[in-house]
Amino acid sequence: MPKFLIESLLRRAVTETAPAADADALDELGRCLDAAAHRRLGRSLAIREVDAGSCNGCELEIHALNNAYYDLERFGLRFVASPRHADVLMVTGPVTANMREALQRTVAATPDPKWVVAVGDCALDGGVFAGSYAVVGGVDAVVPVDLHVRGCPPTPRALLEALVALIEKSA
Amino acid sequence: MSLRAALFDAALEVFDQKPWPRIRVDEETWIRAVFGLHAGDVGLTALWGEPGAVHMGLIEEETGEILVLTLACPAGSFPSVGVTHAPALRLERTVREMVGLIPDGCPDERPWLDHSRWGVRHPLGAADAVPADGAPYPFLPAEGPPMHQIPVGPVHAGIIEPGHFRFTANGETVVRLEERLGWVHKGIERSMIGADLERAGKLVARISGDSTVAWSFGFARAVEAALGIAVPKRAQWLRALMAEMERVADHLGDFGAICNDAAFSQMLNRCGQLRERVLRAAESAFGHRLMMDRIVPGGTAVDLADARPIAEMVTALRSGFPPLVHLYDTTVSLLERTVTTGRLDPALARRWGAGGHVGRACGRRFDSRRLPGYPPYDALRFDVPVREAGDVDARVWIRIEEIGESLRMIEQILAALPAGPHRVEIAPAGAAGREGVALTEAFRGDAFLWLRLDGDGRIARAHFRDASVFQWPLLEAAIAMNIVADFPLLNKSFNCSYSGHDL
Repeated sequence: MPKFLIESLLRRAVTETAPAADADALDELGRCLDAAAHRRLGRSLAIREVDAGSCNGCELEIHALNNAYYDLERFGLRFVASPRHADVLMVTGPVTANMREALQRTVAATPDPKWVVAVGDCALDGGVFAGSYAVVGGVDAVVPVDLHVRGCPPTPRALLEALVALIEKSA
Repeated sequence: MSLRAALFDAALEVFDQKPWPRIRVDEETWIRAVFGLHAGDVGLTALWGEPGAVHMGLIEEETGEILVLTLACPAGSFPSVGVTHAPALRLERTVREMVGLIPDGCPDERPWLDHSRWGVRHPLGAADAVPADGAPYPFLPAEGPPMHQIPVGPVHAGIIEPGHFRFTANGETVVRLEERLGWVHKGIERSMIGADLERAGKLVARISGDSTVAWSFGFARAVEAALGIAVPKRAQWLRALMAEMERVADHLGDFGAICNDAAFSQMLNRCGQLRERVLRAAESAFGHRLMMDRIVPGGTAVDLADARPIAEMVTALRSGFPPLVHLYDTTVSLLERTVTTGRLDPALARRWGAGGHVGRACGRRFDSRRLPGYPPYDALRFDVPVREAGDVDARVWIRIEEIGESLRMIEQILAALPAGPHRVEIAPAGAAGREGVALTEAFRGDAFLWLRLDGDGRIARAHFRDASVFQWPLLEAAIAMNIVADFPLLNKSFNCSYSGHDL
């Protein structure tokens, strides 16, 4: 275990060994987000993820935002456990009829100012599940949405770009 | 004579289902099969319905051979399976609410996936309009002065799918956990009806995102079985390559997340990096990080142009993974949380036919890649790891060992990938009434898929049964008498799919 910790301290971060263009893009995204987020909310933005009916593909990629390659936390963005602590709700999935009320209550429990980001093609309009008896539709069929992120599922990079766009729009 | 053979002899009618038969039986034979399940002579792999008939998929574990029994239900009911074989309970509650057929004698009258929110009743049957008023759900009682209830969900405190857990606890100790699922029910089986193969494939690939390759693999095989077509060798090997990459990625994610739930975040960090390597290799090789929609009936949607990203990923894991295993095995504070926690009774695992890491951590050797088996696994060398302890630690070790086996298979595939086409054209029209079944090994365990084609080459009916269906009830059993604080750890060690269960 000590060997592991020492090694972690000594070796270069994974993000820096990424291709130059990618690393620059990530850095640029980071600075942009940092400045705008600072104006609105100090130095951090708390995100609460809500699965309103997804196949869990979007969750896998949202998880990936936390890995060392994307390292979401270096931008001051972090996932929180309660909507009461959140500034941003990231909602995935077509909203199922069974999840509609839970989603509405989660949004109601989030203090203002807040933004809702609909993640994935299903969250846009129900995706491949649109038209089903068990699906209400996209997220904006149930709660107001500030931004849609396309993709099935969106890549972690697309998610990062979207968070920046959100801040830019709200600033 | 095996029970399966005896049941087959009692067939009143044999349907055009491949590769295993579906037979129509009378009520007496149906009940004989139910007693056979109770006695453990045969296993239950699926139970589903359609208007006027109920189907029961039986599997003979020694051979992996499947037999589907069909009982016509002219009076709208069938003899309950769950009354003597508890693993069928949630399945027949689903048949009752989805199709409207009544399981006679079923001891549980409550709905399961239907939360009275759809505005329709029996969506796979008559589909009558009803109010969407959200009926209350009576949980099973656990009574006594010191008991208290802890309701959790459907929205959980992490980046995780929705479900409701109702704990009844005595102080810190969980006396009973009851799950209420169905929150992410999307009506996939109804959407399949009338879908052409392209649309149906897209739906199947989104049954459970973390098993998208496995489900598409099963769908392709079921369609090919129904149509009686053989796919090129290269396609079979590419499918297995994707399936094993998916398994490695999922197991890495789980290994890290289980350790993280024991507050050992270092492992999540390291596993997250390795997992990202796998996903990036998948994107380079197949054009999609999760390899979604890459397996299609007839072969694969894309060919493998350059295997180097995958070979590099394997090299990175070969050097990066063993130190993590050593770290797990030597960190006493971590083992203290996982060893003996959430022990599952092997008798329950056997009775519920638990597949994947849940079953294998309890001594069950069943792996559908071996039995019944499907190409190209007959040509690949791999072991199926088995442990006996049945605790969180054993489930971690199954994952660790399966990562090693999957890497071995990926190396074999890269070394001997057959040349030739990766796809053949298929002509599904004119196959009215033909049916196909497939059992596919996803990272969680065996996934059952059944479909029937209509005359236009569209899906007439389909049914899916994720490994999670039989693992969720076992989670309830495994948490009993553990402390509430160990639930996240235990839950993650099962990692059942909500979407794959709810459909």
